[in-house]
Amino acid sequence: MQVLNMRLPEIPDVAPLADYDAGLLTETYRRMVLIRQFEMKVNELFLQGIMPGTIHLSLGQEASVVGACLALEADDVITLTHRGHGQALAKGLSADALMAELFGKETGCCQGKGGSLHIGDMSVGALPAIAIVGASSPIAAGMAFAFKRQETGQVALNFFGEGTANKGDWHEALNLAAIWNLPVIFLCENNLYGVSTHITEVMAIEYVAERASAYGMPGRTIYGNDPIIVYEAVRTAANRARAGAGPALIECLTYRRGGHKRDDPGAYRPQEEVEAWFKTDPIPAFRDRLLQDPRFSTSVIEDLEASVKTAIDASVDLAQASDTPAVASALEHVYAD
Amino acid sequence: MQTDKRTSSKSPTRVLTVVQALREAVREEMRRDERVFVLGEDIRIGGSFLFTLGLLDEYGPERVLNTPISEAGFVGLAIGAAIQGLRPIIDFQYGDFIFTAFDQIIQQCTKLRYMSGGQVSIPLVFQLPTGASGRGAQHANSVETVFFGLPGLKIVTPATPYDAKGLFKSAVRDDNPVLFCVHKHLYGSKGRQLAASSISRGHVPDDEYLVPLGKGDIKKRGSDITVVANGLMLHRSLNVAEALESEGLSAEVIDPRCLVPFDADLVIDSVIKTSRLVIVEEGNERGGWGAQLAAEIAGAAIGYLDAPILRVASPNVPIPFSPVLENAVIPDESRIRNAILEVMDH
Ligand SMILES: Cc1ncc(C[n+]2csc(CCOP(=O)(O)OP(=O)(O)O)c2C)c(N)n1
Repeated sequence: MQVLNMRLPEIPDVAPLADYDAGLLTETYRRMVLIRQFEMKVNELFLQGIMPGTIHLSLGQEASVVGACLALEADDVITLTHRGHGQALAKGLSADALMAELFGKETGCCQGKGGSLHIGDMSVGALPAIAIVGASSPIAAGMAFAFKRQETGQVALNFFGEGTANKGDWHEALNLAAIWNLPVIFLCENNLYGVSTHITEVMAIEYVAERASAYGMPGRTIYGNDPIIVYEAVRTAANRARAGAGPALIECLTYRRGGHKRDDPGAYRPQEEVEAWFKTDPIPAFRDRLLQDPRFSTSVIEDLEASVKTAIDASVDLAQASDTPAVASALEHVYAD
Repeated sequence: MQTDKRTSSKSPTRVLTVVQALREAVREEMRRDERVFVLGEDIRIGGSFLFTLGLLDEYGPERVLNTPISEAGFVGLAIGAAIQGLRPIIDFQYGDFIFTAFDQIIQQCTKLRYMSGGQVSIPLVFQLPTGASGRGAQHANSVETVFFGLPGLKIVTPATPYDAKGLFKSAVRDDNPVLFCVHKHLYGSKGRQLAASSISRGHVPDDEYLVPLGKGDIKKRGSDITVVANGLMLHRSLNVAEALESEGLSAEVIDPRCLVPFDADLVIDSVIKTSRLVIVEEGNERGGWGAQLAAEIAGAAIGYLDAPILRVASPNVPIPFSPVLENAVIPDESRIRNAILEVMDH
């Protein structure tokens, strides 16, 4: 019998929320709940056979993507992975446009040309997602290069998983970003698995962030299921990048609640690991913290949750009522005129 | 001499090689547009074919970036920079090294615009030395052939100094990724072999001009047969056509100049006139652009043809090193001549 590898969570002490603006805390929770409910709804639609395509859910990783994106400015740009619904919603992509894209509708954020694996919206700073593992890292570095050259003050943030950190493109991107001092943050969502493969099988070091030193940039491994810890780390890296001090690598330790994609039950994961991580579910944890803060009441939070649910139901109705793209549009957007 | 027909009248000219013409083109475009920058390996010393010679002194390290040996990395970086408003030019030492960045080109560069429903554009020029030059199989790829079937790229294969300069400037101004493939024997860089033909050096006007992408050019007018050839093969075909002219055979020689978009109309009009067609390319025969052209002519003008279309190309093998073998594989003037005579005899 094969001995399964395992890594258990270590939950750090978290700072009180009193120092944070109530608006930021509300928005943090709202986006996390939006992602959670959006993904649950998408999963349901898939299981009913209503939604086409394939999906990679990011359930369980909400704190990392929301903390990271809220630490950025609106005009900063992120690159998304195959597991990108949460990243997109965290950056402010409209749930309506996202839902419609998943249905392949004309009203989708990419007019139905992208689908789940290529969602994005340049107007909110989300480059349409790149589904080839590792390929987005040099492109993120390149966007940062343009920001630096044009002195726009913007920062690029490259989302990737720990499995990506073994790809050549990724290493080349870190090196280029470091030698040219580019304002880019490499943000790893380390959920311990690339499909079924545990990190300990494919990396002889413990943490992805250790690789930062090989390129001459700061690297930090943080607990990724608390949005405020992630927010602080990304804020620091973004300020540093904006000040001209170059790139950083941040590794968020987190866990996906489901399998790699919808047809994967994730049975390769040891029960003890699954149970330990499920107890760290970022959404109830953050909800509890909010409720300890006198500024938040149960009714305020329940109202917020209900309004998110209403919005998501509406996005499904809208997507289903939308037209499919005109067939002739398949021939458009190959070349810029 | 066929080269200076457009330029003989008004503007003063100089006789240049392709690489000299390209160096002028890149300088003019960098002067014209702040967003243009160049990156590549060892470009501080001019890169492999001296395309960037002196550029660093003129434009400084902010706009002339000497890169690590990191093709996937810097191609991806250029894509990202282009998405955010810059206009990169990547100088490849040899076009052959582009394959280590295959994913960035095939999966990212050509698809991000499409998949996003037109949200981004990627103005990016790849300067790619292409073709065989006595260095064995891994430095002898006809890069343009490999990418020919890929939607989302434009592919330019200039063969004369005049065309190279005008096309390069158009490529830099185009809002799409452009593979600019120059045969290694056509640059005329110091220390490199230069193809022997009447057009390998040529007049280039002092005044600014552009050559549009997607327009072919008749390099020699003729009435008996149409020969379509690009890159180094254009030079060889022209040598053959000039020799045949003195033997009383009038061949029309067309340089498509761009493979994507391809000026098929120019070829169709010529074939309607001559009724005979030979297509010459250096790449492997299977899947070459000549196959596509033959199919298009068969579809559009087969009723005008008096003989089968013949293609001259390399056989479907990697390019061997031994000069005897390389010469046997790459189409030479005698193979081109034989093909023309065979079609004429039909
Ligand atoms: C180059 C490449 N190889 C393989 C795949 C198939 N694939 C898709 S996601 C994935 C796992 C990626 O793992 P990781 O980077 O840790 O991200 P996660 O799925 O955990 O979010 C693989 C192997 C791919 N998309 N691209």
